[in-house]
Order: sequence, then C-alpha cells, then structure tokens
Amino acid sequence: MAETVAACRPAVVCAYPISPQTHIVEALDEIVRLGELGTCQFVNVESEFSAMSVAIGASATGARVYTATASQGLLFMVEPLYNASGLGLPIVMTVANRAIGAPINIWNDHSDSMSQRDSGWIQLYAQDNQTASDLHILAFRIAEEVSLPVMVCMDGFVLTHAVERIDLPEQSEVDQFLPPYTPRQLLDPSDPMSIGAMVGPEAFTEVRYLGHAKQVQALELIPDLAEDFVKLFGRRAGGEHDLDGLVTSYQVDDAEIILVALGSVIGTIKDVVDEMRELGTKVGVLGITSFRPFPLDSVRTSVMHAKKVIVVERAFAPGIGGIVSSNVRTALRDTSIKISTAVAGLGGRPVTIKSIRGVVVQAIDDTLPELTFVDLDVELINRELERNRQQRRSGPMAENLLRDVGSR
Amino acid sequence: MSTPLKFYQVGSFAVGNRLIDEADLSVQSSTSRSNSLTSGHRACQGCGEALGARYAIDAAMAATDGKLVAVNATGCLEVFSTPYPETSWRLPWIHSLFGNASAVATGVAAALKAQGKSDIRVVAQGGDGGTVDIGFGPLSGMFERNDDVLYICYDNEAYMNTGVQRSGATPPGARTNTSHAVGEHPGASFTQGKNLPLIAMAHGIPYVATATVADLHDLEAKVKKAMGMRGARYLHILVPCPLGWGSRSEETIKLARLATESGLFPVFEAEYGEITETKKIRRRVRVEEYLKPQKRFAHLFGANGHSEMLSAIQAIADKNVAKFNLWDSEEADTNHG
Amino acid sequence: MFQVRIHGRGGQGVVTAAELLSVAAFQDELFAQAFPSFGSERTGAPVVAFCRISKLQIRSREPVMEPDALIIQDSTLLQSVDVFAGAAPDAFILINSTKSFNELGLEEFFENRQSERSLIVPASEIALRHVGRPLPNAALLGAFAAITELVTLDSVLNAIEERFPAKIAEANADAAREAHEFVLAGRKVAEHASTN
Repeated sequence: MAETVAACRPAVVCAYPISPQTHIVEALDEIVRLGELGTCQFVNVESEFSAMSVAIGASATGARVYTATASQGLLFMVEPLYNASGLGLPIVMTVANRAIGAPINIWNDHSDSMSQRDSGWIQLYAQDNQTASDLHILAFRIAEEVSLPVMVCMDGFVLTHAVERIDLPEQSEVDQFLPPYTPRQLLDPSDPMSIGAMVGPEAFTEVRYLGHAKQVQALELIPDLAEDFVKLFGRRAGGEHDLDGLVTSYQVDDAEIILVALGSVIGTIKDVVDEMRELGTKVGVLGITSFRPFPLDSVRTSVMHAKKVIVVERAFAPGIGGIVSSNVRTALRDTSIKISTAVAGLGGRPVTIKSIRGVVVQAIDDTLPELTFVDLDVELINRELERNRQQRRSGPMAENLLRDVGSR
Repeated sequence: MSTPLKFYQVGSFAVGNRLIDEADLSVQSSTSRSNSLTSGHRACQGCGEALGARYAIDAAMAATDGKLVAVNATGCLEVFSTPYPETSWRLPWIHSLFGNASAVATGVAAALKAQGKSDIRVVAQGGDGGTVDIGFGPLSGMFERNDDVLYICYDNEAYMNTGVQRSGATPPGARTNTSHAVGEHPGASFTQGKNLPLIAMAHGIPYVATATVADLHDLEAKVKKAMGMRGARYLHILVPCPLGWGSRSEETIKLARLATESGLFPVFEAEYGEITETKKIRRRVRVEEYLKPQKRFAHLFGANGHSEMLSAIQAIADKNVAKFNLWDSEEADTNHG
Repeated sequence: MFQVRIHGRGGQGVVTAAELLSVAAFQDELFAQAFPSFGSERTGAPVVAFCRISKLQIRSREPVMEPDALIIQDSTLLQSVDVFAGAAPDAFILINSTKSFNELGLEEFFENRQSERSLIVPASEIALRHVGRPLPNAALLGAFAAITELVTLDSVLNAIEERFPAKIAEANADAAREAHEFVLAGRKVAEHASTN
C-alpha cells in the first residue's frame, strides 16, 4: 500500500498510529527518509485530529496529501473530516476498517467508515489487496478532478495484514494517470484568498447542494476514469468482476437471489456462489465499490431481475437495522424484490462460507427474517435479556454479560 | 527591546514622528504598510484583538516581504474579519476549525517546504480559548516538532465570541457567564492558571514572547524578531475586550498598560526556554487601578465588595513582580505620575 | 485449494511462517494468501496464522476451518488450544517437539491417521543449532515442503532469502534444509521398514 501511495507522489504525508494502519505509514516514513520521495514531508502528528488538520493546511497550500486511520482515529478527526470536504480539499485517506468501541475492539468491521458516510467524503471499498492498491491511484485522480476528499476503505487485518500476490503499478504508469496536482484555489501570496469564512443561511444551502452535486458528478466520472485506468494498467481498478468502477458483479445476470456486499467478504461470498451454483441455485453477488456516491442506477440495473436480495453488512444502525440495505432499498424502490439484511462480521467475527451458505438457504426457504444477525449466540442473548428483565442493571453490556458467568 | 523614546506615538503624520529615523518608525506608520487586515471588518469599537492583529500581521508582512500565509482559529478575529462574502484579509488566509489552527499551520508549512517555497512563511492565530484550551494538544505537538510557524495568541481572557464564557486563561475573580459573580465565591476560581508563555518555554522552542496592545511598537518589534527566526515561535498578546471586560472602548490601550504596570501581565522574551529580556515596570500601580475600570471585577469593590479577593489578586501581582523581576525600584521612572 | 493453519505463540514467527509459505507458493507459480488471526501484540500468547495455496485465484477470506495441513510450532499449546479442530483425516500434521506422540499424549489421536502424514520434528533444536535461537518456523517450513511436496524446498529457501538479511537468511535456510532432510530420511527408514 505504501509503495502505491508513494508512486502517487504525495507532497505531504501526515499520520498518527492506530491499528491496523500503522505499517502503511511506517513504510512511508522509511520511503521518505531514504529520499525516495523527493521533498515529500512526513509529519508525525500527535493525534488524528491533528493528522486531518495538517492535511487540510497542506492541501489548501496546493500539496497532494495522504493520511491513514481507522476506527477511533477516524472518529477523533470527525470535525476536520467534515471541514476537509466542506472546503473541497482533495485529500486521500486510507481507512483500515475497524470496529468502534465501546467495547474496544481492534478487529474488522465497517462501523467506522459507515459512521462517516454523510461527511461529504467519497467512499470507495476494496474487495482485495489488488483493488485496495489500485483504488488509491484512482482516488487521487477522482479527488483532484471533482475537488472532494476520498477515503479508500480496506478491511482491517483481513486485508491490511494479509499477504497476497498483487501487481504493483509502474511509476511511469502512475505518472501518466495522475498528473501533478493543480489546485483550484490555494494559499498563495501572489494571489491572496480568504478560505473558510462563515457562510450564513443565505448561502449555506447552496454550498451544501454543490457538495452533493459534486458527488453526483463523481458517479459519472468514476466509470470514465475506470476505463482510463484499464487502458493504462491493463486491469480494472474496481478489481475482479468490476462493471463500471462503481460496482462489481459476479454471476448476477441470471441470478434469482443476489447478495450485495462491500469489502473483502465479497471474495468469500463468491466461493459460496460457486458452490451453490453447482447445486443448481441461481445465486450471484453484487459488490459495491463506490458507497458514496451511492450508485443507485448501477445497483438497480444489475439487481432488478432478482427475486430476493440479501444485503450482507459489516455494520448496522442500532435502533433500526441495516445501513447499506436502506440505500439498496432506495435503488430498488417500486420493485417487488424481497430485501433482507444480514449483519455479519461485527468486531472481526469471521464471516464463513458456512454461515453465508446458511443465510442463502434460509432465503431459498423463505425463512430468512428481514433483519438477521449472522452467527448470533441467541442463547447468550436471551439469558442476558432475561436477567435484565429480572433486575435492571446499568452499565456496560459487555461487562454485565460476564457478571453472572460465575453464578451459572 | 525597543521603545527607547519616551513620547507617545500619535499617528503617521504627527510632527514628532517625522523627527525619528525612519528605521525606528512603526510599520503601521508607513504608507506602504500592507494593511493586511483592512478596514470594513465588523469588530466592536475599541476591540483590542483587531488592533493587535493589524499591527502584528502588518509587521509580519513587512518582515517577510509580503510572503506570508495566515491560519486563523475560530473566534472573534475570524468572525469579524470574514463576513461572507466579504473579507478584510489581504493576504492568503485560511480558517479551518477552533482547535486546529496550529496543526493546519503545520500542514501549510510542510506543503511549502515540499514545494521548495520555504521563503513563504506561516503565522497561526487564535484567541485564548482556541489556544489554551481546545487547541492545546495540537499546539504542543507543533512546539514539539519545532514546525516553522509563528503562533500568535490574542488573549482577551475568555471565550468572547460565544458570549463571554471562562477559559483556561480567565484570571481569578473575573466575572464571565460561566463564572458568575454570585454566591460565596464570585467570579472565576483562584486556580494556578494555565500560563501558556511558560508552557511554551518549557517546550524549549526558539522564541517565546508576551506583549500587549499598550506598546504597539514593542509588539511589532517582537513580531519582526520572531519572523527573523525559524522553527516554532509563540507570541502571547494581551488584548482587552471592552464588551467582555465591561470596560470603556476608549480605554483598551490604557487597560493593557495598567495590566503590565500592576504586574499582572509580565512582558518578556525568552529563547530556548530561558528568559532573555524583561520589560520593567515604569510606574508601579496597585491592582485596583487596573481592575476597577472593568465591570467584570465590580464584585471586588464597593460596600459588599470582596476585598479579600483583591488582596489575593495583589498577591499574584506581587509574586509575578518578584518572579520575573519586573520592578527595579531604583530605576523606576519617578518623574511620571 | 490447500489450506494450512499454523499454531504457535507470539514471538515464535508464526505469522512470518505463513507469509514465507505464501511467498514460496508464489515462486512455484501458485496463488497464495496468508493472514493472521490477530490479537493485541503480546509475546507468549497463542497465535494462529493461515495460508491458502491454490492453482486458482483465492477469494475467500474466512479463517481456515478445515486445514489440509497443520503446523504446530509450540507443543505446549496442545493443552490449551484445540489445534486439531476441523483437521481432515488425511491432513498433514507437523508438530515441533522432541517428544514422541505417546509422550505428547497424542497416541490415540494419531492411531487412525496415516503415519506418513503426521510427523514430529525437533524444529526448535534444529533452529538453535543454526540460528542460535529456538525459532522453529523456517525449519518447519523445510519439513512442510518435504512432507506435503506442495511447495519445493528451493522456493522455501528463496522466500527465506528474500525476507531476512543475509546472515540470518543463511542460518534459517540451513535449518530449513536440515529439517527437510530429517523428513526425507525418516521416510526412507519407514519405507525401508515397510518393505522388509
């Protein structure tokens, strides 16, 4: 990852360590110190809040900027995160998807990036390490063309700490795809500008609308850039089975049941699809690469013919249910497709072929609830809920679960 | 330090100023000053911050030949200077958030360095709230990394833009809307305070200085000196706020002077953690003279006044005088009453 | 697709073993994937790493539930972790120890298994002699190459050379070679015994 980012020639890299992104920035520090990135400045900041703030200052000054974070770190930089998108700064950031505490959990799920889906940042999700690498190159190009920041999401540990074969891009190829950054406005004494003024009710709505318009513009741009990418690098940035840079589509065309998912779990689902196809079930998987902007048209067109859709999510909205599925529902409005949400893999719980298979079988049998938590320990939950009915207990749920362990 | 002359500046075209060597004239008195914070901004009448910022930034522009970028924290200065779609700033200027001016400035400096444009310098500015409280972490980081930024704190001793609430810089006894002058212990608590200049010195950075809007020439000189250095530099300027302090708008400069002369606001310079220069008090005054004109200290006076608080504040002043060696009674100018 | 699961303790190079194996597989022109089951970094805590090797592209990311090969770098884990969970009846099993199956309390377990697929290798000892530290991973990979013939010893050695600085690489390569020899020699003895 570091090598790909380095090939994009960032001028400023600012980072604060957090598992599981640390080795990316560590490698970049080494690359910079060895002089391999020219005058690139690597800034060791003292918090993620500062990391994004340093990125803002550098980007506004006309430098191509990169940073990386995960989970708690992403939350700690939420204020400047919105600031960056509001100011239209083309910062690229890796989010090594990791659960958000409490309870503290360092393993993979999508709750961190999902919590920031409305921040105005473009969000791309990688299905494997090749895609993760390629999407960073695409990200810088998209960011600089629409003048919006982009976060490239890759599953923490599952992808960040996996070793697999990938093709690294050649510097010359990257240079061709990514011309030097020429910012729209920058902090330049020869042409002074004031950036970041308070905008009142008379203009705020328009500014916000323009942010939305830019994201919609990106929906058109990404497929075009994806084509440019193929021509130059000989493979699709969105990865295997990529359709248009926005979604990937495997065995979907004649599928009756389609699973929709983001990130590395797509790979596991593809194995289930193959298995079940052998047994005669017409199942397929649609992967979403661009979650923001959400590719309503691509999703609708790809999935419209199916009877059932199962959205596999690695995050959820407490109090209501699925996050991605509600976006999918919007795409599939006015169809009679049955849509279910399967929340799986929270906090790093492995999403296994067996459990995905189980979900699909339930769907076939029409016994799949609208919202299901895959591999949930129902017995444990029921015991705890029963205990709560007997005696109200305040405080952390995780610790409460343990309290009666000894008394059983 | 400067101000070797003992008559007051009265403006660009006063006879007195024409007699001085041009090099000793203030930047503001020059017709070719950059006017970086130009007129039309919406500051209150008598705003100490507007005055301080105007002098400071123009001095920085003069020192850097106009090659300067300013990063501003959220606060009065930011709000009154950029009433969208207008701006008073005539230099490149960015406002990001409340607590990150120093970090954003770090980013600007890093980008300029990467671009080979280190001749363009960076100044960050924020109020006491944005510097001492919410911006403390990033500021310390900037100091620790010795990033090439001059950070200027305009200290009016409370969160003024949000309606006068206490900050870590609010002096003991002062009334604010979150330290009301009611109850047994009216006004801000008597804590040990948060002395940012001393904290900056503890980071061992190249240059730390305090200044007030009572001595604008000195303020300009300090900015000039700071811009002649590289690395992390910190300037803390006392800027009275008539609205928040409950003082008369025409007394802003006078109050700043009284703050110094009472010993409550020591004026000094330090390099790499050691004090190098101290401004001696010319005419020592008791704290009452400084506090009385400010309604935020009204509860200390009068029939039901908390005179014990007055004594406590005097003790703070005495301690400062001793600690910073602010008053050589032999050298005091006794000609001025 | 061939799935390997490696058990050990933090600090024993379990994760490195999986990565080296995947690199060796690349060298043999196979697809490979290696990843750890991560915990907070801590020396001595049980660690599991996985490696998948295949002629076809590998897409699944789930942990290896049904290993075709198990490498157990620390025999003390046998008491606390169910290292054999999901192991196929004909899975290859390599255990780092100087004890015998009986001494390890595993005779029953291995009764019904093919003896040529289950092996105890004194990898820590081999490592001590060559590397000077009881880091058994390289030796176990040499043994793995011999017992499974899935990757070649040469590829394992290349992977080691790529990963470590010269002197350390050489020492580890020697350890891998010796363990490789150990397995082949044992085979010869067994073959000899069975033909007599």
